[in-house]
Amino acid sequence: MSVLAIDVRDVHKVYRRYGRRKNFGTLKSALLGGRVAADLRPDATFEALSGVSFQVEAGRTVGIIGRNGSGKSTLLKLLAGIGRTTSGSLDVTGRVSALIELGAGFHPEISGRENIYINGMMMGLSKRQVAERFDAIVAFAGIGDFIEAPVKTYSSGMYMRLGFSVAIHVDPDVLLVDEVLAVGDEAFTHKCLDRFAELRRKGKTIVLVTHTLDLVTRLCDEVLWLDGGTLRAQGDPKRVVDAYLLDVAAAEDRAAGAAARLAPSAEPAQDMTKVAEGRWGSREAEVTHVELRHADGRAGHVFQSGETVDVVMTVQTPRPLTDFVFGVAVYSADGVCCYGTNTHIEGATPQELTGVGEVIFRFDALDLVEGTYRLDVAVHRADGVPYDYHRLLYAFRVASPLKDVGFFRPKHAWSFSGGIRIVGPGLNRDGK
Amino acid sequence: MLASLKQLLRYRALVGSLVARELKARYRGSVLGFLWTFVNPLLLLLVYTFVFSVVMPGARAPGLEPYSLFLFCGILPWTWFSSSLLESCTALTGSGSLLRKVMFPAEILPLVTVLTGLVNFCLGLVILAAFTVYSGLPFFTADLVWLPVIVLVQLAWTLGLALLLSALSVHFRDIRDLLGNLMTLWFFATPIVYPYTQAPERFRPLLDLNPFTHIAGAYQDVLFVGGRYSPGSRLALVGVVAVLVLAVGYGVFDRLRDTFAEEV
Repeated sequence: MSVLAIDVRDVHKVYRRYGRRKNFGTLKSALLGGRVAADLRPDATFEALSGVSFQVEAGRTVGIIGRNGSGKSTLLKLLAGIGRTTSGSLDVTGRVSALIELGAGFHPEISGRENIYINGMMMGLSKRQVAERFDAIVAFAGIGDFIEAPVKTYSSGMYMRLGFSVAIHVDPDVLLVDEVLAVGDEAFTHKCLDRFAELRRKGKTIVLVTHTLDLVTRLCDEVLWLDGGTLRAQGDPKRVVDAYLLDVAAAEDRAAGAAARLAPSAEPAQDMTKVAEGRWGSREAEVTHVELRHADGRAGHVFQSGETVDVVMTVQTPRPLTDFVFGVAVYSADGVCCYGTNTHIEGATPQELTGVGEVIFRFDALDLVEGTYRLDVAVHRADGVPYDYHRLLYAFRVASPLKDVGFFRPKHAWSFSGGIRIVGPGLNRDGK
Repeated sequence: MLASLKQLLRYRALVGSLVARELKARYRGSVLGFLWTFVNPLLLLLVYTFVFSVVMPGARAPGLEPYSLFLFCGILPWTWFSSSLLESCTALTGSGSLLRKVMFPAEILPLVTVLTGLVNFCLGLVILAAFTVYSGLPFFTADLVWLPVIVLVQLAWTLGLALLLSALSVHFRDIRDLLGNLMTLWFFATPIVYPYTQAPERFRPLLDLNPFTHIAGAYQDVLFVGGRYSPGSRLALVGVVAVLVLAVGYGVFDRLRDTFAEEV
């Protein structure tokens, strides 16, 4: 086993939460009540990390993923030496540089040059070391002549780039990065990734906290998944990220299900012109239940792009009808109609509707790009007069590993010939 | 604590740069710029000259001429002392982003506050020297060799209290407001605008309890009177207490260190 760069053993971190008493009481009441010591004790506590243990070998790149509030940043701060663990031990070997907040400690009134020196020295470099790296720092940040101008005149992008540049030139043994790659333009992001690659080649350890999951799978040797202050999984990036995505989808499913159950509880509207919220019609026929199902019959609200999906409506009528049309339409989250059709458009002739029936509309392949969509379902007369129209009452989500854009994903394939050589996972997918 | 001190030593270049930054940034954007560091004490001196020669010439104690220079000898170190303490209350609380995001010894922040005050004090001394010479009085007397000792004693006092106050201010934000008034009281409880000899007999034991009485007195003897200063046991005692204050201040600071990142 090679050298450990990070050794975290059963780390707990408890944050204090002070109640009202502290906020309004302050020094006076503390002194009067003779309870200075008591007021320095917290009223309540919040455990941000509860028993996290893991090890990272030197030279590895490790990603930390997890929902907001799962303890990622707390863990990173502890690794950076900011704050102390409540219990447990945490050892980091070598010089640590933390990119937690870029440009923290920049003074707005003084020049970029002076700020580079002060920032560099705060991160543990000597004045000489900063001087040696000065040109490289400026070049990497792409600040140019602005280096002599006060930092307050910088654009936010320049500010961040300078902060990033200083931190990365500290030449750390362990680099801690907290969701900072989003700050620059494309070109800068590429420069940062190149720099990470260079650090990796030099055998440095990198810990990356991010929500950009494809970055994690691309860059990291190993992924930690934090959930509610505990370590849910550690290991191969693809495996852990997929497990995380599944968990997120399941949670979304539960949330979407809760929302959908709430939605169609509109009052029955007797007057067909009267629009109840999102639902109207004469109710001579009624859609009593709508459900989205996976191909295997499970009801759901989150589907993979391309999956077979059934829209199932239960229809009920108090007296037999001969003039009826069933319709379905899919809208994007911002209200654009992606697709709509009904039995009338498709040339079906209604014969009779009595009692209760079930209508299944099947998408053989739900070829939509990732996003949230809403569904209209309706039963109405051939001339369009509605019996029961449900407007955007049902939401579902399409998930996709690809980040293509638009609404509709036609079946497609790329092919190349002549002097073009190009490979990639996306290209073999459809045939090639 | 020893390890913390060792680490602090590693960061001494940073302390120097931060003091320089404070001095530069303070007057950045003003027309006179860094000159303000000189102009400020100069104007203060002129104000006192005006007050004690035109507004209330009767208020000055006899035998101390020019009175404004006598005042200045006490006010200069007092300004260093009081501004350092007041600013140290916000030294940590005002640098929240730094403490939360960058790992570096937090005691640097109050230290920089105190040292910046020291530099301003030294520059004020230049003005004082110029005016003393201009007034036809001797400034460069043999007593001047004691000046560094007095400055060191004051530095220890100021730093100890600054460390204590900056750390406690993180938990009790009202210290700053309380301190503002306390410092005004302390100012008048110290023989600065009046000489020690003019204070009523029965108050003198109380004055003696005030460490700054001895510090201000030493400055006045060395800088204003000249030629008659002998460092008594009092200054030595104040010096010993100063070291104790510094140790306690740093101890409290060290104890509370871990709470800063979460509380600021």
